[in-house]
Amino acid sequence: MKEHAVLVVGATSSIVRAIAVQMAQQGASLHLAARDAQEVERIAQDLSIRYQVPVSWSLVEACEYELHADLVQKAQTSMGHLDGVVIGLGELGDQQQAQVDFTHAQRIIHSNYTGVASILTHAANHLEQQGRGFIIAISSVAGDRGRQSNYVYGSAKGALSLFLQGLRNRLAKSGVHVLTVKPGFVNTKMTFGKPGLFLVADPEDVATAVLKAWRQQKNIVYTPWFWWGIMTIIRSIPEGIFKKMNL
Amino acid sequence: MSQPGLPTLDASLCGWGRYPVIQGTVQRPEKASSFAKLIENDPGETLLAQGSARSYGDAAINSKGYTILTERMNRMLSFDEQTGRLRAEAGVTMQEVLETFVPRGWFPAVTPGTKYITLGGAVAFDVHGKNHHQDGAFSRHLHSLKILLASGDIVDCSAQHNPDLFWATVGGMGLTGIIQEVEFSLRRIETAYINSISIKAQNLYEAVSLFDKYESQYQYSVAWIDCLASGKHLGRSLMSFGNHASLEQLSPGRRVKPLQITHKKRVKIPFDFPAQLLNRYTMGCFNQAYFARQRAQEVQSVVDYDTFFYPLDFLQAWNRLYGKRGFVQYQCVFPLETSQSALVQMLQLCSQAGRGSFLAVLKRLGPQEGWLSFPMEGYTLALDMPVQPGLWKFLDRLDRLTIEFGGRVYLAKDARLGSDAFRAMYRDYPKWLAVKSRVDPDNRFTSNLAQRLQIEPVHERVGV
Ligand SMILES: Cc1cc2nc3c(=O)[nH]c(=O)nc-3n(C[C@H](O)[C@H](O)[C@H](O)COP(=O)(O)OP(=O)(O)OC[C@H]3O[C@@H](n4cnc5c(N)ncnc54)[C@H](O)[C@@H]3O)c2cc1C
Ligand SMILES: NC(=O)c1ccc[n+]([C@@H]2O[C@H](COP(=O)([O-])OP(=O)(O)OC[C@H]3O[C@@H](n4cnc5c(N)ncnc54)[C@H](OP(=O)(O)O)[C@@H]3O)[C@@H](O)[C@H]2O)c1
Repeated sequence: MKEHAVLVVGATSSIVRAIAVQMAQQGASLHLAARDAQEVERIAQDLSIRYQVPVSWSLVEACEYELHADLVQKAQTSMGHLDGVVIGLGELGDQQQAQVDFTHAQRIIHSNYTGVASILTHAANHLEQQGRGFIIAISSVAGDRGRQSNYVYGSAKGALSLFLQGLRNRLAKSGVHVLTVKPGFVNTKMTFGKPGLFLVADPEDVATAVLKAWRQQKNIVYTPWFWWGIMTIIRSIPEGIFKKMNL
Repeated sequence: MSQPGLPTLDASLCGWGRYPVIQGTVQRPEKASSFAKLIENDPGETLLAQGSARSYGDAAINSKGYTILTERMNRMLSFDEQTGRLRAEAGVTMQEVLETFVPRGWFPAVTPGTKYITLGGAVAFDVHGKNHHQDGAFSRHLHSLKILLASGDIVDCSAQHNPDLFWATVGGMGLTGIIQEVEFSLRRIETAYINSISIKAQNLYEAVSLFDKYESQYQYSVAWIDCLASGKHLGRSLMSFGNHASLEQLSPGRRVKPLQITHKKRVKIPFDFPAQLLNRYTMGCFNQAYFARQRAQEVQSVVDYDTFFYPLDFLQAWNRLYGKRGFVQYQCVFPLETSQSALVQMLQLCSQAGRGSFLAVLKRLGPQEGWLSFPMEGYTLALDMPVQPGLWKFLDRLDRLTIEFGGRVYLAKDARLGSDAFRAMYRDYPKWLAVKSRVDPDNRFTSNLAQRLQIEPVHERVGV
């Protein structure tokens, strides 16, 4: 990890922050990006005090596509080079509202999918040209099958998973590793207080699993691991039966 | 216009002693921006900050409104390598401070007997360590605070700037506002080890004279006292004194990496022990064995800081040892003049009633700092007791004795003191209350402890 220079997008997420912590602990330099200036600055200070590594930051908004090339450029300039990207932008949104108000649905799609796809387009081109590097992107188990309770969010995550799959296929030729992370329920501000959660994991444990999968050059990681089993079962239910279920 | 507040969650809440357990509603800010809106989002609701819930009773829980979990507010914001001054969010734990700074040669100037507390909790109870007689409480090393007040404003305060608010928040049990940031000093250390001696004292008089003898020589001191021993062994103790070890005092092996220690694996208590397991007989056996373990009168050793300061932290969830009904700690302090006679009477009462505790702790304290800070120049005794029939009556008796001898009870450990006894023990309470009434006239900040002790703002009457 030493000498690695990593762009961390969505750094105000506690999952992403926990990943940044473990990378900094191992000596990586970081460039953090998020939309909340006050918070991303505080997190940058925290990481540089605790782990004594260079940490810089800048602002990013998922749907300001025209600024995304600039973000990748800035990361590179401030760290000197760029070895990889961690990206965890996302928003759960409100499914009920998304059904009646498409602007809300659109926001969910932007922050989970199109915004991420846009940033990764610039990052991928840079890493491909360089001929090495990595991309770690947080999708979700929700993207594995559409369900009535969250299919707008799920469809955006599903699209992201497919985008990453294609990107992996393309970048494998130039030695760039693409890791798709599919968390189950994680104890963060996104889920706090929500009903119906079970088997909730801590962000730190998710981060540990992500770093391990990254070191092992895995393509897709479910975290905690047993979500792989849960999703395999859920995916295997025939659509004719599934559509009558209340999931 | 108020915005929709943070999401809420209904939960059972309790302190370390697991008595009392209440139903409450929690919120958990994760960012400075959501923290700043806690007041305006829910006008009219009462709030209370909770750190790591390492206080024993009902100080960190609020059944009348929201309990605000501060655990995710844990960013370190600035550190001065020259002076050792750290500014951090209140949810940073002592453990995080140790892990970050011990390897760089810094140590918290004051630490309590567990490292799993937050900086907010350290300020709100103005915690003391084994070095109170020399270095004072946490507040002595505290430079400034940032606090969210009932007005919704976030203000800075220190002993120079806004001193009233500062001194009311030190030891103020979360009742003046929610601390967002804490700025305090660490001290320089050469090694992560403590040069310690452990001495047997046959009875209370010997223990007290050993404290006197070694007071100035050792920065840290504490005694584990067998409160089931009686007669000529009343107050039999195992005393421990220590100083930060210098490089020369380490073995050649440890000198290679003097600031690194190997963390021992923690053992977890997997379930609630049956309450009957803790009785006079088993505790007597345990204490007997504990004191017999050290054969020699005096043993010198160099131990890592974890072993010296946080022996109980190796046992994860050790509060389960006391069974489902929970336990309380009775910690009191007596002024120097009355300490000896008060301690003798208290130990006699315990020994007669057979209400000892596994290991009671005896310590010498220095002068008081904040208005509601617990320490006073004298001796403090701490006894753990499982909640059992007859316990409250017994503790009421101890209260009367404490008041009679001019002492007080530590509210961080308390779950049952009465409001009159509280007022008799904390003489500066009116001074504190004047500030509370000014900064929180509508009592937005309250806890179950505050409700039990009838701590609430008073409104001065205008005119006659
Ligand atoms: C094993 C053990 C050993 C101990 N040894 C000692 C000792 O040697 N010396 C000593 O002094 N104490 C000792 N204690 C007590 C402990 O240090 C105090 O109770 C401390 O306050 C606990 O900190 P916490 O973060 O868990 O706070 P909590 O228990 O969660 O809260 C304690 C109080 O602080 C307030 N508070 C917490 N965070 C904030 C905030 N951000 N803003 C405003 N108010 C806040 C709460 O409202 C509450 O009133 C010990 C406790 C245990 C379990
Ligand atoms: N928590 C779970 O159970 C769970 C499960 C599966 C997948 N995930 C995924 O894990 C990732 C991290 O989520 P989390 O749980 O840690 O929640 P989170 O704290 O809400 O993290 C989401 C991150 O995305 C940012 N963001 C959202 N919309 C944005 C926009 N339009 N422009 C810029 N930034 C935006 C957020 O910024 P702000 O801090 O400013 O809001 C935050 O940094 C997300 O992709 C989420 O979908 C979470």
